[in-house]
Amino acid sequence: MSPLLSVRDLVKHYPTGSGGRVLALDGISFDLDAGEILGIVGESGCGKSTLGRTIMRLDDPTSGEIIYGGRDIATIGKRDLKQARRDIQMVFQDPFGSLNPRHTVGTIVGEPLIVHGIANRRERIAELLDLVGLPKSAMERLPHQFSGGQRQRIAIARALAISPKIIVADEAVSALDVSIQSQIINLLAKLRAELGLSIIFISHDLSVVRHVSDRIGVMYFGKLVEYGPSQSIFEAPRHPYTRALLSAVPRIPGRELAQSAVPERIVLTGDVPNIAHRPEGCLFHPRCYWKQPDCDRTSPELRVLEGDDFPARTCACHFADDPAVTTPN
Amino acid sequence: MQHSSNADVQDQPLLAIEDLHLSTRSAVLVEGISLTVNRGEMVGLLGESGCGKTITALSVLGLLPKHAVKVSRGRILFEQTNMADLDETELNRIRGNRMAMIFQEPMTSLNPIMTIGAQIGEALEIHRKMAGRERKAEVKRLLGLVGLPSEDAQLQRYPFQLSGGQRQRVMIAIALACEPALLIADEPTTALDVTIQAQILDLIAEMRKRFGMACVMVTHDLGVIAETCDRAVVMYAGRIAEEGPVDDLFGNPIHRYTEALIGTIPAANPPGSRLPAIPGAVPPPGERPKGCAFAGRCNFAIDVCATETPPEVRRGAHAGYCWNPAS
Repeated sequence: MSPLLSVRDLVKHYPTGSGGRVLALDGISFDLDAGEILGIVGESGCGKSTLGRTIMRLDDPTSGEIIYGGRDIATIGKRDLKQARRDIQMVFQDPFGSLNPRHTVGTIVGEPLIVHGIANRRERIAELLDLVGLPKSAMERLPHQFSGGQRQRIAIARALAISPKIIVADEAVSALDVSIQSQIINLLAKLRAELGLSIIFISHDLSVVRHVSDRIGVMYFGKLVEYGPSQSIFEAPRHPYTRALLSAVPRIPGRELAQSAVPERIVLTGDVPNIAHRPEGCLFHPRCYWKQPDCDRTSPELRVLEGDDFPARTCACHFADDPAVTTPN
Repeated sequence: MQHSSNADVQDQPLLAIEDLHLSTRSAVLVEGISLTVNRGEMVGLLGESGCGKTITALSVLGLLPKHAVKVSRGRILFEQTNMADLDETELNRIRGNRMAMIFQEPMTSLNPIMTIGAQIGEALEIHRKMAGRERKAEVKRLLGLVGLPSEDAQLQRYPFQLSGGQRQRVMIAIALACEPALLIADEPTTALDVTIQAQILDLIAEMRKRFGMACVMVTHDLGVIAETCDRAVVMYAGRIAEEGPVDDLFGNPIHRYTEALIGTIPAANPPGSRLPAIPGAVPPPGERPKGCAFAGRCNFAIDVCATETPPEVRRGAHAGYCWNPAS
């Protein structure tokens, strides 16, 4: 079966004031299957939101391909793009900022239907509200009358209005309270099961990403440094960055499922990278606990670790096969 | 101000909040919070948004919004002095000296048009009457202490030139300027990445060890509390739901809310499984129901939960307020 969406070598430069440029996306490749949830994790500034925006063509990529339905979204014109966006929709982090405060919920959820010229709007809006667990009466009310979790349900209903195949969820549960977060995670899982939806789930929260994702891509400095099935990444992380990231999640005694592979806390020195200052060699070497003499000179390729197909496990570290990398010094 | 003898002071808790009630004109925000913090101790204040944890923290520093929120009952004893009785001048003598606070968003709590050297220096000038070369040397020492570069050029940097983690380090340097006996940290790492969060939590722990500083960690993050605190208080809808040593709290919760909160986190569940979600949302102040405020969302509620205030269920230092307790 061919993948629903194939991203190949996606690059995004932003110009800087002084005539230079920063590489926000530096050759990203992955596949998304129908009904799959792909988790994208990384720290702030790693390019994960740019990735979501570029796939939606909210930003134009500098180079690379975004193949969907046999066409390259990266290069198509306005009219075809509108058609493609029927199939790819987005949910944002902030359910307070992303809903127009002066529009009723019915107007908000119904707007994509107008844009794409779909009839029987009222019926469809009621159906959508029911799908995301809101009462029909919500239609006449304004966003401020709803809690954060309910607002995120409204945003999801709007994204689903034109029956997309893919949802790009950018930190969609990050602003919600713990007790509300699980409601929305369950809702996304339900929608995937019932509608066969594919989701690109972008988040900085590893335990949430592990919970929802089939496959995971770990981003650092605009690159995927590790990519593969969720279970294998969490059970046997190979990249020192993935290991450090996993180990940094605070644990609750008796509930440390997500960290079982990295029992020792690895505290990275240095800061979250600033894309304006790009190191030589491996981009992670200034913070790496396993830095070897060559790491500041040669940049490691993303290479296949298990199997030989593209979708298998890949990792961009010179020492990914060295068991010693698992021992922080 | 009353002063007791020195030996007495050492025996007393550093901070004792007794039956604190905070109210606006129309609603009660916080009802009957009691909490003690001993010298050098790290106590967690855990809760979701709207539970009253931040307003409780602000009341300890006398930082309640004027005319809008007041202490309607109870006392906040810090080193035997009731903070609610003090005027602004007296409060200023304590704040920044004996007690300091750091906030979630270090960008908005730092002055954007002052260099970091000047901002740390200001704290030293006001509280320790330092000036000139002595002040500059102390600024550099503090920067080094919190793990920031301390060359002359670094003092001239502005907050926008720093990353989120570096700004939070500057905030901590300012808070530590007078070696306070108590640090109140309100979601200090919530805006930071996990790798940087780990660094900042380590820094707070190290400062505690070095200065014997006590800390109240206010957060919604169960993991942060579990990793850093000795004891914690779980708040729900303005009241204490449960309190006790962190191991007991997370190992054998008493209150059904604590139990549900722990159960709902993804790490406590097999990947891909349906999470045991808590239905509904936290009731806002003014709309809090009678009896147990959690009853409407609780899978274990019995009739009495909706009408009567829940009783205390105590096991030594661990106590919860629940009609139908877990474990």
